[in-house]
Amino acid sequence: MALHEVLSPLPGIFYRRPAPEKPPYKEDGDPVADGDVIGLIEVMKQFTEVHADAGGKIVRFLVEDEAPIEPGQPILLIEAA
Amino acid sequence: MFDKLLVANRGEIAVRVVRAAKELGLRTVAVFSDADKDSLVVRMADEAVNIGPPQAAKSYLNIDAIIDAAGKTGADAIHPGYGFLSENARFAEAVDAAGLVFVGPTPEAIRTMGDKAAAREAAKAAGVPIVPGSEGEVGDLDQALAAARCIGFPVMLKASAGGGGRGIRVALDEPSFEHQFHMAQAEAKAAFGSGALYLERFLSRARHLEVQVLGDGNSVVHCFERECSLQRRRQKIWEEAPSPAINAATRHALCESAVRLAQRVRYRGAGTLEYLYDDATREFFFIEMNTRIQVEHPITEMITGIDLVREMIRIAQGEPLGLLQADIQTRGAAIEVRINAEDPDRNFLPAPGRIAAITWPAGPGVRVDSMLYPGYTVPPFYDSLLAKIIVHAETRDLALARLRRALDEFAVDGVVTTAGLHKRLARLAEVQEARFDTGFLERLLTAQTSSASAHGNQGQKQA
Repeated sequence: MALHEVLSPLPGIFYRRPAPEKPPYKEDGDPVADGDVIGLIEVMKQFTEVHADAGGKIVRFLVEDEAPIEPGQPILLIEAA
Repeated sequence: MFDKLLVANRGEIAVRVVRAAKELGLRTVAVFSDADKDSLVVRMADEAVNIGPPQAAKSYLNIDAIIDAAGKTGADAIHPGYGFLSENARFAEAVDAAGLVFVGPTPEAIRTMGDKAAAREAAKAAGVPIVPGSEGEVGDLDQALAAARCIGFPVMLKASAGGGGRGIRVALDEPSFEHQFHMAQAEAKAAFGSGALYLERFLSRARHLEVQVLGDGNSVVHCFERECSLQRRRQKIWEEAPSPAINAATRHALCESAVRLAQRVRYRGAGTLEYLYDDATREFFFIEMNTRIQVEHPITEMITGIDLVREMIRIAQGEPLGLLQADIQTRGAAIEVRINAEDPDRNFLPAPGRIAAITWPAGPGVRVDSMLYPGYTVPPFYDSLLAKIIVHAETRDLALARLRRALDEFAVDGVVTTAGLHKRLARLAEVQEARFDTGFLERLLTAQTSSASAHGNQGQKQA
């Protein structure tokens, strides 16, 4: 099984939930499809969706919810299908 | 009286407040997050205190950390700037409770005017016209729909706890109302912690006018109006004073109405009452009050010669208003453009980054409020506002010419900005003739995007 890292496209704050009281988009162990939304990045008060660029099973998130993030930083580890 | 002022903010407004404080002979304290260690205000202030991580919720919105910073440095007053905690009544109370002076209105005034439904009630009581809307907050869908039918479509659904253009949805007709109601409620709850909504008629082609007031808790004066109709997603990007759209009689009625409402809440400090104005009927309607200094305050300073931030601090020091209404006169016209770290050619995508070099405009009638310096890295965590370029001249036409000249002198290397958009706007016939409303800029940008993609399609066909 190949491991794949989803990298952050932007700098900012990473959110795992669409809204504070909503559940996370994805949990560790969830199946994930190429193109699925895995989180949001807030850059200067604008929110951008982050999409998985591979399908498979989520091994784990590498960034905490609401943590600062840099471009190119690994967000998510996927066991590629 | 106090002699050491803490500025509970960042960016250009923190620099602006420190400048005013220094001119008054006060010592200054900056607070900063981990992302703002190298900020200009940290360099300018006499002292600086780290208040936490980059996330605003853990630093610039952290009331305890800010009060602690004041305690540690012996600051005896706090200026909140705009945004962040500036309109948070609990913060104003915490400042009072710590035995410090809050440079702004009382917590009661913040609460009354910050609650949009309560502010409308206060306006009604002061005889200030308001946009036709619901009687206070609407409860469930049935009640909201009944209110919407009375007001007439299209209606706006607004979060009671919202502001700054956020927490607003428009229902164009009855069939779309239910969906918009549920969306607005969910968004209000997520953004402001309260799902309470009220309704207002949506005026589709209105101008945004606002009146600057100053109060000392006893008397209130106005410093005339600003027009801020050029907006994108309800965020102002270009502001001017005076409004080119109103005559002397309307100006008098508008500004007098603002004074009446501010007087009713015994307003203390600098505040702004926002209105919509209908060109066709010459009617103005109060929409909300901002109980703080505003981003666009410099244009009022340019035409009246009053330093609003200095006045705020003097009032907070317990001095009475030093101005009578008759003393306040305007001279000429001023325009402010907001230089944001956004790419107008990529749907205003934020563009943080390192500033390699800057050339500021200078010469007669030009003012720049900014926190940039060569080598500074614009962090991705906060507002995209980098600089305000403000021009002042004897007439609006001369101010426009001066703005075009200033924008041509301005250059920044390292980040993409909205300066190019302003250059185009300053040359546009509709802008030169002041033929705009709050939807003008969005329509212009949409038309450009669709004409650009039409050209793109044509290109593909030819290829």
